[in-house]
Amino acid sequence: MDLDPVRISLMGLPAWAVLWVLTLGAFGVFGFRAWQLIGLLFKARSENRFDQLGARVMRFARHVLLQPRLFNEPSIGLAHFLIFWGFVVYVICFNWALIRGLAPVLPIPYPDEVGLSAFFLDVFSVTVLISLAAAVVRRVFFPPAHLHLSWDANLILTLIGILMLTTLFGAGFRLVGEGKAASGWTPFGSLLTAVLPPMTAPTAHAWAKGMWWMHIITVLIFLVYLPYSKHLHLLASPFNVFFGNLRPAGDLSIAGGSEELAAGSAKWNEFTWKQLLSGFSCAECGRCDRSCPAANSGFPLEPQQLVQKLKKHTIHAGLAKPNGNGEKLIGDVITENEIWSCTTCMSCIERCAVLNEQIPILVQLRRHLVSEGQMAKTVQDALNNFNRYGNSFGKSDRMRAKWTQALGWKVKDARKEEVEYLWFVGDYASFDPRLEESTRKTANVFKAAGVDFGILYEGERNAGNDVRRIGEEGLFEMLRDKNLQAMGKAKYKTIVTTDPHAFNTLKNEYDLKGVEVLHYSEVLDRLAAQGRLTFKNKLAGRVTYHDPCYLGRYNDIYEPARRVLKATGVELVEMPRSFNRSYCCGAGGGRIWMEDVEGVKERPAESRVREAAALGVTTLVVACPKDLVMFQDALKTAGLEGKLAIKDVIDLVEEATRQA
Amino acid sequence: MNILVLMKVVPDVVEELEVGSDGKSLDTSFLRTIINERDDHALEQALLLKDKHGGKVTLLTLDAPDIDDVLFTALAKGTDRAVKICGVESVQSTQTAVKLFGDVIAKTPDLLPVDLILTGVSAIDDLDGLMAAPIAHQLGWPYTGVVTHVTLADKTATVIKEFAGGVRGEYDVPTPAVLGIQAAEKPPRYVPVAKVRAAMKSQTIETVDAPAVEAATTVEVQQMAKPQVTGHAEMLEGSAEDVAGKICELLAKRGLL
Amino acid sequence: MAGNIWIVAEAWRGQVSEITFELLALGREVAGQAGVPLEAVLLGSNARELAQKLGAADTVLYADNAALADPVPENAAAALAQLIKERQPAAVLVPLTNLSVDVGVVLAAQLNVPFLNYCKNLKADGGNLTATCVLYGGKMEATVTASAKPAIIGILPGARSVEQGRSDKAAAITDVAVTLAAPKVHFKKYLDPETADVDITQKDFLVAVGRGIQTKDNLELAEDLAASLGGAVCGSRPVIDQGWLGLSRQVGKSGMLVKPKLYVMLGISGAPEHVEGMKSSQCIIAVNTDAAAPIFNVAHYGVVGDALEVAPALTEKIKARKG
Repeated sequence: MDLDPVRISLMGLPAWAVLWVLTLGAFGVFGFRAWQLIGLLFKARSENRFDQLGARVMRFARHVLLQPRLFNEPSIGLAHFLIFWGFVVYVICFNWALIRGLAPVLPIPYPDEVGLSAFFLDVFSVTVLISLAAAVVRRVFFPPAHLHLSWDANLILTLIGILMLTTLFGAGFRLVGEGKAASGWTPFGSLLTAVLPPMTAPTAHAWAKGMWWMHIITVLIFLVYLPYSKHLHLLASPFNVFFGNLRPAGDLSIAGGSEELAAGSAKWNEFTWKQLLSGFSCAECGRCDRSCPAANSGFPLEPQQLVQKLKKHTIHAGLAKPNGNGEKLIGDVITENEIWSCTTCMSCIERCAVLNEQIPILVQLRRHLVSEGQMAKTVQDALNNFNRYGNSFGKSDRMRAKWTQALGWKVKDARKEEVEYLWFVGDYASFDPRLEESTRKTANVFKAAGVDFGILYEGERNAGNDVRRIGEEGLFEMLRDKNLQAMGKAKYKTIVTTDPHAFNTLKNEYDLKGVEVLHYSEVLDRLAAQGRLTFKNKLAGRVTYHDPCYLGRYNDIYEPARRVLKATGVELVEMPRSFNRSYCCGAGGGRIWMEDVEGVKERPAESRVREAAALGVTTLVVACPKDLVMFQDALKTAGLEGKLAIKDVIDLVEEATRQA
Repeated sequence: MNILVLMKVVPDVVEELEVGSDGKSLDTSFLRTIINERDDHALEQALLLKDKHGGKVTLLTLDAPDIDDVLFTALAKGTDRAVKICGVESVQSTQTAVKLFGDVIAKTPDLLPVDLILTGVSAIDDLDGLMAAPIAHQLGWPYTGVVTHVTLADKTATVIKEFAGGVRGEYDVPTPAVLGIQAAEKPPRYVPVAKVRAAMKSQTIETVDAPAVEAATTVEVQQMAKPQVTGHAEMLEGSAEDVAGKICELLAKRGLL
Repeated sequence: MAGNIWIVAEAWRGQVSEITFELLALGREVAGQAGVPLEAVLLGSNARELAQKLGAADTVLYADNAALADPVPENAAAALAQLIKERQPAAVLVPLTNLSVDVGVVLAAQLNVPFLNYCKNLKADGGNLTATCVLYGGKMEATVTASAKPAIIGILPGARSVEQGRSDKAAAITDVAVTLAAPKVHFKKYLDPETADVDITQKDFLVAVGRGIQTKDNLELAEDLAASLGGAVCGSRPVIDQGWLGLSRQVGKSGMLVKPKLYVMLGISGAPEHVEGMKSSQCIIAVNTDAAAPIFNVAHYGVVGDALEVAPALTEKIKARKG
C-alpha cells in the first residue's frame, strides 16, 4: 500500500499537482508581501550597517541562536528558546517534506519516515506544545504589563498548536496503520496509539495522510499570514540583529547615515532603512515598556508602541495609493507629548530582545520638531541660554568658575598651565547653588590627594549631551566645537567629568582621539587604589547607590563608585533595580527642562527614592549632579524628607578623608 | 501685508555692568549686547502676521557687534529682508536712534510702503524717549503702544493694549501705522542653529549708510552709578527648618497667625 | 524757574489712579524747590468730582471734553499740547504706566522734545531740573539734567508714597477748554479679565511664585502654604505667561496692585514690573537662591535658599502653630 500522501487523487487531480498549486500560491503571496516590505526599506534613508561583518556574525550567533536577552525574563525565556529551536527544526523538516511532496519522483523518504528526524519532530512537538501551554497560561492568567494580548498572537499560537498536533497525530496514525503499537523513534506518537480508537489500516493511513495535508496547509497558511502579523519578527529580527548598532549606544551621531538625518524625520521614508526594520522586527513582547520610566510613570510614551506605530504607519502610508489617507506621522500617529516624554535612559535599548534602537528613532522625531521650532517654552529657553551663554541657567559664562571663589585657593586654568587632569565641571556642578558645595568638596579632595588638575574657566560650555538628545543637532555641534576649541588651548592627559551626561558625550561623541575620559567616581576609585585617599574617619550606616543611566547602562561603569563607597566604611546595600536595571531619575534627554504632562502617576524620581527608602538605608548616594537635584526634589513630594538623605559620592569621600 | 520691524540691541544685564572711566556711561570693555527683548517680540508679531496674511517682513537694525548673528537668525525665522544701518558709532541715545531710523526709512527707496512698522514699546536703555511714537509722528502715521495682540484687516489693525489690573483695551488703528509691541501673541519662535547656518550661506544682509544726524539732545547725563541700596531685607539664615521656624516667630509677633 | 510744574493726572473708569498722588507728592517737592506753583492736569469727561481729589496741587486744570472720556493717547496728547502752548509750564510729569506712557511719548513727539524716561526722582536746582533715572533693568542709575522746554518726564511708580500726595484741601479747579480733531486711532472697548475665582487684591495673605519654582507641579507647595495662611497664590509675569496661573493672579505693572498684610515671595528675583505691584505690602518675605537678587532690596525679610524646601517647612510650622 502506498503511504505517500501525494500519490493520491484530490478533486480529480494528482495530489502532488494540488500541492504545487497551493505552494506556488502561498509562496507567491508571501513573496509579494516580502517584496513590498523590502521595497519600503529601499525607499528609506541610507545608513551604513554593512561594516564589521565579523562582529555582526558574532552578534547574530549570540542574539539569534542563544537569545540571552529573552532569559532576562525567565518565565518566558526558556519557552521562547524552545519554541524558536523547535521552529527551526520544523522549518527544515517542513521544507524537506514539501520538496519531497512536490517531487514524488525523488528517491528520498519523508522526514517522518527517517528515524532521527521523526524523533526530533516527535519530541519537539511535545516540548513546543508544553511551551505553548506555558505561553497560554502566562497570557491568560498572568499577563505581564505591556504585553499586548492581540488576536494576532492568539491566531499564531493556534496555528503552531495545530502544526504540532498534526505531527504527533500523523505519527500516531501511521503507527496504527502499520499495525505497530510503538516505535522508539516516535515515543509520543506511540503514546497516542493507545488512545486512538480502533480502526482499520486504510482508515489509519487516510488519517495519517490527512494529518500530513493539514500540516502542510497550515504551514502554507502560516507562510501567507506571517508577514502580515507580528510574527514578521521571525523573518525580520535575525536581519535586525545582524545589522544592529555596533557603535556605543551613547553615540547619537549620524555618522554612516544620510546627512539629511540631522534635520530629523517627520515622514516614514525619512527614517533609515534600519530604523524601519526595527518596526518589522518588534515582537511586541513589552520588555521595553516594562522597564521604561516614562511608561511606568504614566507619561504618554511606550517605546514598543512608538516602534509599532512607526511600523503600522510605514506600511499604511508606504503601501497606500498615491493619495493615501493623509495621516501624519507626527500628530496623527505619534503625539508631540509622546516624543518629549523620553528620558533617553536606554533601558528599552538595553532590554530589547531583537536589539532595536528606540532612542535614535525618537531623537529623529525630536530633531524634526526642533527644526520646526515646536517645543515647550521651557526647552526653548534652555536652548536659547545654551546658545548665548553656554549653559541652561542663563548665567554669564564669566560666572562659571564663581564656585571656586569660596575655595580659598586657586584652581589652575588648564588653558594657561599644563595639568594632568582636565576637569570638565559641567553646568549643574558649576552653576546650581545647591551643588556648589559638593563641587568644592571634589576640588578639595582632588587637591588633598595631590591630583594635578585644572579647569577651563569661562571657556567651558555645556558638553551638549542633552542638547543632542533634545534634537538640536546644530547647537550640539556648536557647543562641541567651542569646547574643543577651549580644550585645544589646554595641555592635559586625561579628562575627568562630574556629570555622567557630559562624560558620555565627551567619551563617545567628541572624537577625542586617544584621550582618556573618566568620570570622577573612576578617578576617586583610582586614587583610593593608589593609596592617595586616606579614609581616616570611617563612616557608619547603610547606604544604597543609584547607577546613573549615562554612567551605567550607557558606559558600563558600575563598580568604581561602589568600591569607593565601601572604602569609606559604609555598608552598601543594593536596590532591587540596580546596575543595568537601574531606574532613571527622569532628568535625562532634556526632560529636566520640561514640565510633567497630565496623568503622571508617580514621577520616576519619586519611585526611586521610595525604592531606596524601603531598604531602610540612611542615604541614597548618587554620582550625578542632576540626580542630586531630582531626588532632593522627589523627597519632598514623596514625603520622605528627614527619612532619607541624598548625597553625592564626594560628600561621603570628603567626610571620610577630611583632616581633623 | 508688508511689515517693517525696527530693532536695536541693548546691554545684556546677565553680565555685570560697570561704569566707564568718564563716570557717565557704561564701561564698554566688558559690555555684551543682546537684542532688545521687546524688539524680538515685535519681530515675532510681524512673523505671526506674515504666517497669517502673507506679505513681506523687513528687519531694519543699527549696526552693532554680533548684529549679523541676530539678522541671520531673523532671516532663518522667515524674515524676508534684513537691513543694517552701517557707519554708526555706538548709539547712546534713543533720540539719535529715532533720527537714524527715521531718516533711513524716509530716504531708502524700497523700505516703504508698508502696512505696519513694529518695534518694541521700550528698551532698558531708553533714557530720552521711546522709539515708536516719534517715528510715527515723523511719518504722520497713527501710533499705539504697549500692544500685545494685533489682528489685521483691510486698512485697519485691531490691536489690544495692556492697561492695568488685567484690564486691556481694544483699538482700531488705520494702517499704515506704527505699533510699540509689549509682547507678541506667542513667545518668539525657536530657530535651530542649523537653519541659521543655512541662512548664513544662502542669504545676505543689506546695508545702508548711516545718514548724518546731529546728536544734540536736551537730556544730558551728569553721572552714572550702580544704584545705592537704600534698604535691605533682614536676612534669615539656617536650614529650611530653622528658617521656617524664624519666619513663624516673626509672623506670630506681628499678629499675622 | 520759568513756568510751573505740571503733573498729568491719570484717571480711568471713574477712578483716579494711585500713581497720580505719587506724582502730586513728587511735584509738590519739585515745585517747592523751584518756587513755582504745582498744577495738576486732569483730562476727562464729566470727571469734575475726580478733580476734587487733587487738592494737593495748587491748581487743577480740568479739561472736560467728550473726546477725553476714553483712553485715547492721541486726544490726551493733543489736549496737553494746546494747554502747554497756552500756559508754558516748565515741566510735565507723566505717570509711567501702561495707560499714560503713550500720552507722554506722543506729546513729546508733537512738541519735538525728548521724553525723559524711567525717572524715579526729580529735583529743581536753580533753573535746572535734575532727574535720577533707572536704566538697564535697575542695574544703573543715571543723574541727568533736562533742559528741554518743557521737560516731559515719565515718572516711575513708587517715586513717592500715595499718602504724601493726598490732600483734604479743596481743589482749586480751573476749567480749561481744548478743541480736539477726530483721532486716527479709535478706542473700541475695555476687555476685562475673566472673572477671577479669587480676588487677590482682597486677600490679607498672598504667596507669590516666580520662575524660580521651576515647574508647574511645584505650585502645589505654594498652594499648601497659602492654604495654611488662609490666603491665595499669585505670581509674576513669567509664571502667568507660562500658563501656570491665570491672568487674574498676576501681580505687577500689567496685573494687579496688591497690598496684603503678608506677601511671601517664592523664587521671584524682583523685576521692577513686579515690584510695582506689591511694594506696598505690609510685610514682605522673599525666598530666592540668588543672594544678589534685587528683591532682597525690597523685602523686609529675606532667605537665601531653595523656595521648594522653605515653603513646605513653613507650611508645616504654621499648621503646627495654628493647631
